[in-house]
Amino acid sequence: MTIHTDVRDGEPHPPLREVKAETPEIMYVPRYSGLQRVNHWVTAILFTLLALSGLAMFTPYLFSLTGLFGGGAATRAIHPWFGVALVVSFALLFLKFWRLNIPNKDDVAWSMKIGDVVTNREDRLPELGKYNAGQKGVFWGQTVLIGVMFVSGLMIWEQYFYEYTTIETQRWALLAHSLAAIGAIAIIVVHIYAGIWVRGTGRAMMRGNVTGGWAYRHHRKWLRQITGDKPAAGAKPVEKHGP
Amino acid sequence: MADYSSLDIRQKSASTETPPAIRRQQEVAKLIDVSKCIGCKACQSACEEWNDLRDDVGINVGVYDNPHDLTAKSWTLMRFTEYENAETNNLEWLIRKDGCMHCTDPGCLKACPSPGAIVQYSNGIVDFVEDHCIGCGYCVKGCPFNIPRISKTDNKAYKCTLCSDRVAVGQAPACAKACPTGSIMFGTKEAMIEQANDRVVDLKSRGFDKAGLYDPAGVGGTHVMYVLHHADKPQLYAGLPNDPKISPLVAFWKGGAKVMGLATMGFAALAGFFHYVTAGPNEVEAEEEEEAIDMKERGARRRDGGEIRPS
Repeated sequence: MTIHTDVRDGEPHPPLREVKAETPEIMYVPRYSGLQRVNHWVTAILFTLLALSGLAMFTPYLFSLTGLFGGGAATRAIHPWFGVALVVSFALLFLKFWRLNIPNKDDVAWSMKIGDVVTNREDRLPELGKYNAGQKGVFWGQTVLIGVMFVSGLMIWEQYFYEYTTIETQRWALLAHSLAAIGAIAIIVVHIYAGIWVRGTGRAMMRGNVTGGWAYRHHRKWLRQITGDKPAAGAKPVEKHGP
Repeated sequence: MADYSSLDIRQKSASTETPPAIRRQQEVAKLIDVSKCIGCKACQSACEEWNDLRDDVGINVGVYDNPHDLTAKSWTLMRFTEYENAETNNLEWLIRKDGCMHCTDPGCLKACPSPGAIVQYSNGIVDFVEDHCIGCGYCVKGCPFNIPRISKTDNKAYKCTLCSDRVAVGQAPACAKACPTGSIMFGTKEAMIEQANDRVVDLKSRGFDKAGLYDPAGVGGTHVMYVLHHADKPQLYAGLPNDPKISPLVAFWKGGAKVMGLATMGFAALAGFFHYVTAGPNEVEAEEEEEAIDMKERGARRRDGGEIRPS
């Protein structure tokens, strides 16, 4: 007789089932595929590298961050290349998720109740699809700001593109690049905090799934769509999202 | 060029430290009397010679300017302008020796992100320390006179040093030494202003009513000054700016934006922290896990229960 020591070897053997019966039953809902998670984290890593190398050149107080990249000249040389890589990586995220981030009526209702959002009064909020207005804000905010940083970044990429724009244009580009970066970093701070504040969110990007309860609490319309459940009588119909 | 221990530093780029300043050094200045310039380019040759630079051989496009523009290897350049003076009906050949103006309030130094890559000595000379230069080109955007150039060879910024190495040992800049007409003079800023005033009086007596000294106040005055026959129209001289000052874009970027930026990012982080300690985490309740399972079961029943759904 084979003794299974790992659930992946076959049928879970009796003791495991007993242990499971004692803990409350939890179902898991897939939210992000492996590729999507890799895509997200590659973007996140590049964003971090860009923020560190960019802040080093933004203010003298943080110039010592250039030490992380092998000195000032090396930081200056590598920063735009990180940027190009991020644009490619973010473009893939954008193509995958833009449709799901189109604002709808629920976002207006949710945004009007922002006071209940920040005080954890989920019971007073409308049922939502895969993303709430805050998440959509992060998505579109980053889309616009990364776009601004890419275009202005090319203009101030001294090594290759200094001759294509006037110095006055480059002054505008430097200012736009800096302000967009401040905005993008602030958005990311909020994005990271939201992941800490809203418990159970992290596993969506780490493991690829969320608990049913998390989906029920925060994105009930999305959960209804996945489970094939219809909205309760009187509620608005389930919205069709994405392909 | 480099750091000279006999020259004290008044300002240092991207630095909050107080630079060493035990000496009392007099402000120096180079005075370029455009009315005495014959356009011989001895200053250009002397500059290349002293600084051991050899620019690439260019192409003649039919003007006297050679090279066509300042480069990382040509730190000074005679710019020739043919001006038809409508008042006198004369053709005037205006020749201006272009190069770093050594501003009292240097835009390059303000824009530079690398500590100590641009310094201003207490004698007023603004110098690039290439060893600390990271090649970002911010100085190019900061400069109101369009002077610094980034070398394609080493990605570092170069410009006229006012021969800080010569000045440090009591010598005049190479260009001033080479000038055959005495058009380029060097001394204390005070003496140069005095000299300029004498020249202006002389020029006025010769019919140049608007002759004057170019020492623009918008950048706090400069340590390279011009005597111009038409001081009311500096732009005649190959686009010398009428009222140069650090671009408000650069001033905001390096002033308000920096403070605002750090404050915004810091505020976002603090807001998150204080939200957490007041509102607390948003946790999923056990009943919600059960509700979700119920929902799944309802959905499964609906699918299996003969309801017509597109597959």
